[in-house]
Amino acid sequence: MTTYLIRNAQILGGSPQDIHLVDGAFAAIGENLDVPADIEIDATGLVALPGLVDLHTHLREPGREDAETVLTGTRSAAMGGYTAVHAMANTFPVADTAGVVEQVWRLGQEYGYCDVQPVGAVTVGLEGKQLAELGAMHDSAAGVRVFSDDGKCVDDAVIMRRALEYVKAFDGVVAQHAQEPRLTAGAQMNEGLVSGELGLGGWPAVAEESIIARDVLLAAHVGSRVHICHLSTAGSVEIVRWAKAKGWDVTAEVTPHHLLLTDELVRSYDPVYKVNPPLRTAADVEALREALADGTIDAVATDHAPHPAEDKDCEWAVAAMGMVGLETALSVVQQTMVDTGLLNWEGVADRMSHRPARIGRLTGHGRPISVGEPANLVLFDPAYRGVVNPETFATRSRNSPYKGMDLPGRVHATFLRGEATVLAGELVER
Amino acid sequence: MKRHLVSAADLSRDDALLILDTAEELAQLSGRAVKKLPTLRGRTVVNLFFEDSTRTKTSFEVAEKRLSADVINFSAKGSSVSKGESLKDTALTLQAMGADAVVIRHHASGAPARLADSDWLHGSVINAGDGTHEHPTQALLDAFTMRRHLNPGAGRDLAGRKVAIVGDILHSRVARSNVHLLTTLGAEVTFVAPPTLLPIGIETWPCQVSYDLDAVLPKVDAVMMLRVQRERMNAAFFPTEREYSRRYGLNGLRLATMPEHAIVMHPGPMVRGMEITADVADSPRCTVVEQVANGVSVRMAVLYLLLGGAVFADGSADSARTTELLEAAQ
Amino acid sequence: MTTPSSAPRAPHQVLDATDVARIVTRIAHEIVERAKGAEDVVLLGIHTRGVHLAHRLRARLTQITGREIPFGTLDITMYRDDLRLKPARALEHTEIPADGIDGKLVILVDDVLFSGRTIRAALDALGDIGRPRAVQLAVLVDRGHRELPIRADYVGKNLPTSLREAVQVQLSETDGRDAVLLGDRDYAARSSQALAADPQLPE
Repeated sequence: MTTYLIRNAQILGGSPQDIHLVDGAFAAIGENLDVPADIEIDATGLVALPGLVDLHTHLREPGREDAETVLTGTRSAAMGGYTAVHAMANTFPVADTAGVVEQVWRLGQEYGYCDVQPVGAVTVGLEGKQLAELGAMHDSAAGVRVFSDDGKCVDDAVIMRRALEYVKAFDGVVAQHAQEPRLTAGAQMNEGLVSGELGLGGWPAVAEESIIARDVLLAAHVGSRVHICHLSTAGSVEIVRWAKAKGWDVTAEVTPHHLLLTDELVRSYDPVYKVNPPLRTAADVEALREALADGTIDAVATDHAPHPAEDKDCEWAVAAMGMVGLETALSVVQQTMVDTGLLNWEGVADRMSHRPARIGRLTGHGRPISVGEPANLVLFDPAYRGVVNPETFATRSRNSPYKGMDLPGRVHATFLRGEATVLAGELVER
Repeated sequence: MKRHLVSAADLSRDDALLILDTAEELAQLSGRAVKKLPTLRGRTVVNLFFEDSTRTKTSFEVAEKRLSADVINFSAKGSSVSKGESLKDTALTLQAMGADAVVIRHHASGAPARLADSDWLHGSVINAGDGTHEHPTQALLDAFTMRRHLNPGAGRDLAGRKVAIVGDILHSRVARSNVHLLTTLGAEVTFVAPPTLLPIGIETWPCQVSYDLDAVLPKVDAVMMLRVQRERMNAAFFPTEREYSRRYGLNGLRLATMPEHAIVMHPGPMVRGMEITADVADSPRCTVVEQVANGVSVRMAVLYLLLGGAVFADGSADSARTTELLEAAQ
Repeated sequence: MTTPSSAPRAPHQVLDATDVARIVTRIAHEIVERAKGAEDVVLLGIHTRGVHLAHRLRARLTQITGREIPFGTLDITMYRDDLRLKPARALEHTEIPADGIDGKLVILVDDVLFSGRTIRAALDALGDIGRPRAVQLAVLVDRGHRELPIRADYVGKNLPTSLREAVQVQLSETDGRDAVLLGDRDYAARSSQALAADPQLPE
């Protein structure tokens, strides 16, 4: 196995240190290390963070390999500094059986760019009617701990209650896509001033908030834990804050795009801004940033949702919802949280690695950068400034809302258990 | 004027008056033996209709033919569009056919804007109604009709005139275009509707809002009744047809409370017995038929002003807008 | 830009107010004479200055004949062959006398006859409005350089010009005084004021 000596990396933004990677683990950390290594990396000016963990990735395989595959998706993840991603269940077929989740998990292991932790569907076919074999998925090689019908809300209160109760048996968590379906029939964008003017069907904040309110109460009632996917409104923040104050086991994630973009962008009718939940208002963006800073929101999760060009190169109403995000997540977080002084790099490591790993109960990820720990590491250059060009992305799709925007920072290198997946900003072919 | 007519908000006061004054000149044509002008000879105008609309389509077609344009009708039914062809491919096809302008009616809000902002085709895009967004030529013909009745004469606007727009504002592209244009022309607009049929955020629009039709009518110079689709009832926007027409329908008694000079307008098609009773619809104060005739003149004016002269790219204006939007997002 | 050796000349006056008045009177008399008392004459002024001249002709004809002469205005924008060289223009008012022009002797009135394209457009417009017995043309100035087989029946002044030159007609209704100026096109072009005052320039 290749050994690496990383010189002068600022671990969590601290003072420069050398890091020695041997046999998949951190072998030594300190100043001016005098140890042998196959490859030495000058990390002067680079921030070292634990390998990022994404709770919310759409890898599309099986079924929509024209949008993304496990290979292209994990290469994209590595380029974004991720060492583990949770692959959402809304594939074709749906990941609602042990067979499908094992296949996805194995593909991730085989390619070796990033660990793929499949998310199991809560209900059969994401139909919201009958519980999927949650236990079988947990017991499979994939060891599923996170269950979600993401893309669809588990809106039936009884099904949700049963799912929350059932996964307690194996310390699972239900990740809810909070969207009251009746309140969002025909919804195209955030309901507000802009939707009124544009004549696009509104997706009201209350459709998210009412489900979150119900689910935190349900989770408290049955003594289980619930995770809120892509929380997007100021009202949702208030509910989660209240639930946490009660001591209930509620966690929540926010996407990078909800930390930066607002529904004003929809005025262009460019479907690259079409996403679910929709881009909200500037006031929501501000509330989300604050909540991420104070820990009310536990994690940044990309909701990386690749779509082929034709699904976006069309009129708004028929366009697919979603944005790619793996390769820009850390840059967006730097811009919105670090450069604004809301979060330091330690905080970034917590929200993008430690806490998401803990929510997903991943044992080999989200660990501290210390001797003996698995060497999952990202070296990030926060001084870099560049214009986002989706054509250079490793993901198969190009639907990035940041196209043409100036974003700070760039992933310099990513290590998965001591093996480089990205070096000098380029993928390492494996 | 911009190269496209996508939203009534694209029109400045001068643009709007230029269109109305031009339309006034062109209206004379309908009295002539030869109702045709050679102005757009050799120009190709495509009517791209993804939604059935006999009256708007016919109106545009008459306007195009009176200006001697070559007219191509491209309707979604029975075409490749119904076989799943994308808007993009349709647009590329029209571009290849050399369309100088595309008149588009689409069920999706924003489809004309998408066409205008894309590089799929280079001709002018004229919005003939998109989803629940806008219908700018309808607003122009409404303003034209109002001006003729309330402040006739070239160069005149609608300053201080009070216009009530009544009905399903939420789903109305006519209301959206009218509020922009009428405000630009100085009129004071009041939306009258049950709260369920008003968009969220209406309080920021440049208009008044009232839930009470009877309180508004004695002060109006014009009242515009919007069609209310019966299907809305099923989505609980209002309880019953009878209750709707009792609270928000225009009948003879209500008409009598309006000032004598005030006119009754309707973009059509009317649902008699719902938002308007037959006696009001047939009264001489109702301008529905006149609006249809005015529609041809106004659409001729728009076509002439967008297509009659040299075409100048307004690309720089567009890129400025994108920057603005991105900045707004920061 | 021109070189100093051939510096453009400032416009100089070729007709003054008295000349213009005399021309209008003379043309009115010619019309009465040639149109046999002007019984079926309809005057149609071409926008903008042709309309003012037509107004004056009509007043003179009324004085001479003691009758009201039917009068109208014609905007020929929609019939122009150079529409696509400039942005679309606002339309002027076209007004056809109530009795129409069928069977009448229509006299088109314009200020300057140059390429003949304006008159060609006016003839096309007339064809769509009705069927006159005959159409005649009265102009204040004929400056030559015809590009179409068109000639005027009544000419105020034949003004030999070069293509470098610009003829500028001023009438009190729009310009505050009556005069006809002749100057170099380049000179006029260098003065934005002169350009704005001279709609004939781009023709």
